[in-house]
Amino acid sequence: MASEAIAAPVRPVQYLQAQLRWRWGEIAFWLATLLPFVLAPSYLVLASQIAITALFALSLDLILGFSGIVSLGHAAYFGVGAYTAGLLSAKLGWGEPLTGLLAAAIAAGIFGYLTSFIIARFRHLALIMITLGIGLVLQEAFNSAGFITGGFDGLQGVHTWPIFGRFRFDLYGYTAYTYSLAGLFVIFLIARRIIHSPFGLALRGIRENSTRMPAIGAPTRTHIRTIYTIAAIIAGVAGAILAETTETVSLEALGFQRSADVLVILILGGTGRLYGGLVGAVVYMVARDQFSGLNPQYWYFWIGLLLIAVVMLLPNGILGGLAHLAQRVRGKP
Amino acid sequence: MPPVFGVLFDGLAYGMLLFLMSVGLSVTLGMMNFVNLAHCSFAMLGGYVAITLMNTFGWPFLATLPAAFVAAAAASVVLERIFFRRFYRASDLEQCLLTIGIVFVSIAVAAYIYGTDQQPMQPPVYLRGSINVLGLDLAVYRLFLVAVALVITAALMVTVETTRFGAQVRAAVNNQRMARGLGINVDALFAVTFALGSGLAGLGGALAIAMLGLDPQFALTYLIYVLIVVSVGGLGSIFGSLAAAMLLGISDIAGKYYVPAIGAFLIYLVMIVLLMWRPTGLFGRR
Amino acid sequence: MSETALAARGVNKSFGSLVVAADVELILPPGVRYALIGPNGAGKTTLINLMTGMLAPDSGQIFLGPDDITALPPHERVRLGLVRTFQINTLFPHLTALESVTLAVCERRKVASTWWHKLTAYSDEIDEAYDVLSALTLAPVCHRLTRELAYGQQRLLEIALALAAKPKVLLLDEPAAGVPREESRELFAAIAGLSRDITVLFIEHDMDLVFRFASRVIVMVGGRVLVQGTPAEIAADPQVRAVYLGKARHGAVP
Repeated sequence: MASEAIAAPVRPVQYLQAQLRWRWGEIAFWLATLLPFVLAPSYLVLASQIAITALFALSLDLILGFSGIVSLGHAAYFGVGAYTAGLLSAKLGWGEPLTGLLAAAIAAGIFGYLTSFIIARFRHLALIMITLGIGLVLQEAFNSAGFITGGFDGLQGVHTWPIFGRFRFDLYGYTAYTYSLAGLFVIFLIARRIIHSPFGLALRGIRENSTRMPAIGAPTRTHIRTIYTIAAIIAGVAGAILAETTETVSLEALGFQRSADVLVILILGGTGRLYGGLVGAVVYMVARDQFSGLNPQYWYFWIGLLLIAVVMLLPNGILGGLAHLAQRVRGKP
Repeated sequence: MPPVFGVLFDGLAYGMLLFLMSVGLSVTLGMMNFVNLAHCSFAMLGGYVAITLMNTFGWPFLATLPAAFVAAAAASVVLERIFFRRFYRASDLEQCLLTIGIVFVSIAVAAYIYGTDQQPMQPPVYLRGSINVLGLDLAVYRLFLVAVALVITAALMVTVETTRFGAQVRAAVNNQRMARGLGINVDALFAVTFALGSGLAGLGGALAIAMLGLDPQFALTYLIYVLIVVSVGGLGSIFGSLAAAMLLGISDIAGKYYVPAIGAFLIYLVMIVLLMWRPTGLFGRR
Repeated sequence: MSETALAARGVNKSFGSLVVAADVELILPPGVRYALIGPNGAGKTTLINLMTGMLAPDSGQIFLGPDDITALPPHERVRLGLVRTFQINTLFPHLTALESVTLAVCERRKVASTWWHKLTAYSDEIDEAYDVLSALTLAPVCHRLTRELAYGQQRLLEIALALAAKPKVLLLDEPAAGVPREESRELFAAIAGLSRDITVLFIEHDMDLVFRFASRVIVMVGGRVLVQGTPAEIAADPQVRAVYLGKARHGAVP
């Protein structure tokens, strides 16, 4: 960001406006997301999965990267969204996708709002453990309610209706990827606006120094509750898109594994940069797909090594590393 | 005798095992604020060392225990020198990720060497079966476990309260800056404490095989319980770890026995409630 | 009561056997410049923490003007006009100086919860922040990250953040701490330039500042108020001399 003194003629507002403009890299990124349609049509199902994961990672970035809240149980909201959409179809026979998203958003939002009261009150280890606990409690609860949720085997009978009555979800993934990508892009725009708003500045303030915030009159807990609820809604929508596009929901949607994976993905890409979760999702899931034939034990090994390498060499993730490189190339200190 | 006493005893044994596996993490977290999620990998290492010595080299069970301790302690020294040292001032998140990476690697290595199945382990003849105490059938192995854990707990308490080393540890946990100012070599102290704590975890891992089983996922499965013990007990508090481990062990066993439907997540709820009541743990610093 | 800008009445606080505040009575009339001095560990910062709500007293009350604010959370006291700075820079490392002060202005104006408008739509707030920074000579570096600012500039930013909240009562915790002589000119000017509408209490070890700015000095030792008086009276007070006796202190009471 900013690192040099500015001459008087440029009003501060104008300087800040220049910071917020769409960069070429961003436009290139979004254009590139259209490539799978043309270059890799056989991978559209994977692309759809990546878009969903990217959306989920984006929601975590809002609370972790921008607000400094470390959550080990964020999959809880993803799962609530997934099961809401899934149950709506499987048990109540309502498979309309867009209203399914709305229902999932509301359910995840309510759950997020309620838990946010707990979350906002704690920091450090207690916070991490509480988020972990909430995720585990939900996981076990959904497991126990197997007669509703289908337990380990997953929910059966999810059938998604065509979008607008016309676009069917087929095996090739065209509709699925369009749907997921559209969802990702629209919500990305909202997230971008949040980050560039006064609220976004307040969130970064909380991340940078939560002690200072009350001292400038900031109602920190209220801010945290708001962003946590928003993040829960987005996670829920991501989960619902997964349920609708794959027509299955299983316990792993809200399991610890998913919470841990999304954390790894976000760190890999780089926190606090909006695009970190997206980049991380692409890299991680493409890698996982390529190595899927590998013995799961070896996968653990390489992921572990990758984590160690990222923390030791690229503490700000891929995007952080690229930004650093760009600064060096431009000759800045 | 009503089954509740049997449940309590089993919970006690389980709790003492958790204590052995957790106390090291609690003290090192309290002293250096270093989040070492790989702590249970040391426990797992101790377990695998004990198994290998017993099954492959024919060592007697009791002899494998100190070996497990030493192996885990030695491994921790190596890892501390190479990796952990550089991250004492890093953020919580970075420490979490580094040590989780090490956990993953350890799981993969264990699976590679030993396979993914449970390790077969038979405690020695004199530790099998059960004896009747006051009308209650208590498993001999669990009695042994409790006895060993009590001895170690007593040794820890004595060390911490009466020796100079213990006093230095307490000072460093209480206020690191002040301790340095008093001339205490906190870094060396930490290295020793870290080795001791990891060694204890290794010992716990070796003792746990007969009761909890051992497979490569051990490092992750029990990490969650250890974290619960540490956060509920309070960082840096040996007594806190003991109390929390007891509470957790008994709640878990009792929960699974009396209310199996919710038994699995009863402890998570207990943890959340306890942490909300006392965020720094039952015996942690406020 | 409206004669008083800020008052601490009968405030007590202990941590176990450690008494950090014992029956503290402190009254600030409106518009004054008072100094709070005392040896390290006397409880000066603790008193500020008690008055701002970061610490809850065991007993006693805090009044801002006529209002009892003892039960209010810290951020609401700021909204009512009670603002403090920190002895150790408590800033936002990766925010620029302008962003930091803009944030403070937005919080004050209660627009910080708005997530659907761009920040750049709030040009009034941004301009106000810029003006605050200009008054403190920080305008040339306003787009620099806080962590890249010189230490003296960071101390000024501490004050800027406090001023952005438009305080009625300002508690400065060792504003000159760690600032070398050469860089403290701007700092002194900033403190001198504080509007007479603002009531100021500052903790200081630097006696130059105390003598220059304070009309009254309060001495605290061991959690208690030892004595109060004009700077001249305090300088001559034998009790105060005894407290500082033997401590070679920069600018210490002679």
